[in-house]
Amino acid sequence: MSDVSPIAYDSKIEGNIIFTKVDAAINWMRSNSLWPMPMGLACCAIELMATGAARYDISRFGAEVMRFSPRQSDVMIVAGTVTYKMALSVKRIWDQMPEPKWCIAMGACASSGGMYRSYAVLQGIDHLIPVDVYISGCPPRPEALLDGLMKLQKKIMGEHAIADQKKALFETL
Amino acid sequence: MTPSDAAARIAEKFPAAITGENEFRGEKTLMLGAAAIREVCGFAKESLGFDYLVDISSVDHFGDEPRFEIVYELYSMEHGTHLRLKIPVSEDACEAPTVTDIWPTANWHEREIYDMMGIRFTGHPDLRRILMWEGYPYHPLRKDFPLEGKPSDAPDVAFSEVAPLAGGPFVTVPTDGTTQVREPRARHAGELPLAEKFIEEP
Repeated sequence: MSDVSPIAYDSKIEGNIIFTKVDAAINWMRSNSLWPMPMGLACCAIELMATGAARYDISRFGAEVMRFSPRQSDVMIVAGTVTYKMALSVKRIWDQMPEPKWCIAMGACASSGGMYRSYAVLQGIDHLIPVDVYISGCPPRPEALLDGLMKLQKKIMGEHAIADQKKALFETL
Repeated sequence: MTPSDAAARIAEKFPAAITGENEFRGEKTLMLGAAAIREVCGFAKESLGFDYLVDISSVDHFGDEPRFEIVYELYSMEHGTHLRLKIPVSEDACEAPTVTDIWPTANWHEREIYDMMGIRFTGHPDLRRILMWEGYPYHPLRKDFPLEGKPSDAPDVAFSEVAPLAGGPFVTVPTDGTTQVREPRARHAGELPLAEKFIEEP
C-alpha cells in the first residue's frame, strides 16, 4: 500500500484541484445528469423515443436515464397533447417530483394546445405547471429536443442553486 | 342473401315498425320506430345472420323534430351483407332501448353516444361516460355545443376552459387554391360576426 500521508502535501492530486463556487459545482452536476420523466401523451413521444435511441442518443447530454417514477426524476418532458382528462394526472405526477425540478413543453400541443382548439384539450401545459423550455414543432425533430435540453442546461447553470433553494442552510452558514 | 332480401324479411316480419326505406349504391337503410329496435335487432341477428354490429352512431338534426337519430350498422359475416337501421329519438325523451344483450359490443358504442350526444340507453348495464370524465356537465357533440367548449370544474377530477379560437373555427374550403384561399380563417380573421361562425345557444 501507499505510504503517502493523508495530511501532508500530496503532489499526486495537486494538479487536479479546482476552485469554484458551490452554486457552479452543484449546477454543473445537476445540468449534466438530468433524469427525465417521459410524459409521452401523443406523437411527440415517438420523437422523444427517437431522441433516446442510438441515432440521436440523448445520453451524450446526460439525460438518458428515463425514469418512470416521478420520485426519481429531475425534468418532466411533456411530449404531446394534454387533454383536460389527463391534465390533473400530469399535475399530480409533477407534484410528486422532488425539487429541484424543471419542465420541458415539447411540441405545439404541450406548449399551446397546438391545432387542438377544442373543448377537450388544455391550451398549453403552462396553465398548470411552470415550464422552463418550450420546443416548437409538430412534432419537433430530435435535434430540436436536444437543443431544448441544452437550453435547459444553460438555464440551470445560471441558477443560484444554494441561495434560492437552501435558504435556511445558507443563513446558518 | 342480399341486403334487399334482409330488408324484405324484416318488413314482412315487422310491417308496423318500418317507417321508411332507402337504397343508395347498394346500401340498404331501414327507418324504424324506436320501440321496435330491440325486436328487429334480435330477429336480424338470430334469423338473418347479422352476427356483427359494426357501429352505432348518432346524428343531431338540430332544429328538426325529432332531433336525434341513432344509426345501427349491421354486417353478416356469413352472407357478406351490410344493413343499416335508423331510429328517431326526440329531444324530450332522449332515450333509446339498449341492444347490449343482443351484441355485447354495443356496450361501449352506446356509452360513447351517451357521452357525446346525451342520449340515454334504457337497460344498459353500465351507462357511464367513456371519453369525457365523470362529472363533466355537457354533451360536446351536440350541434348547440360550441367548438371552443365551456368552462367546467369537477374538483380533483378535471376542469375545462374555453379555447381561444382567434377568428376560427379552423375550416378549409374545398378548392385547388393556395392555403390563403383554402382557409377562410386566414382571410377573414376577426371579420366575421360571431353568429355566422357558430350556431347560437338556444
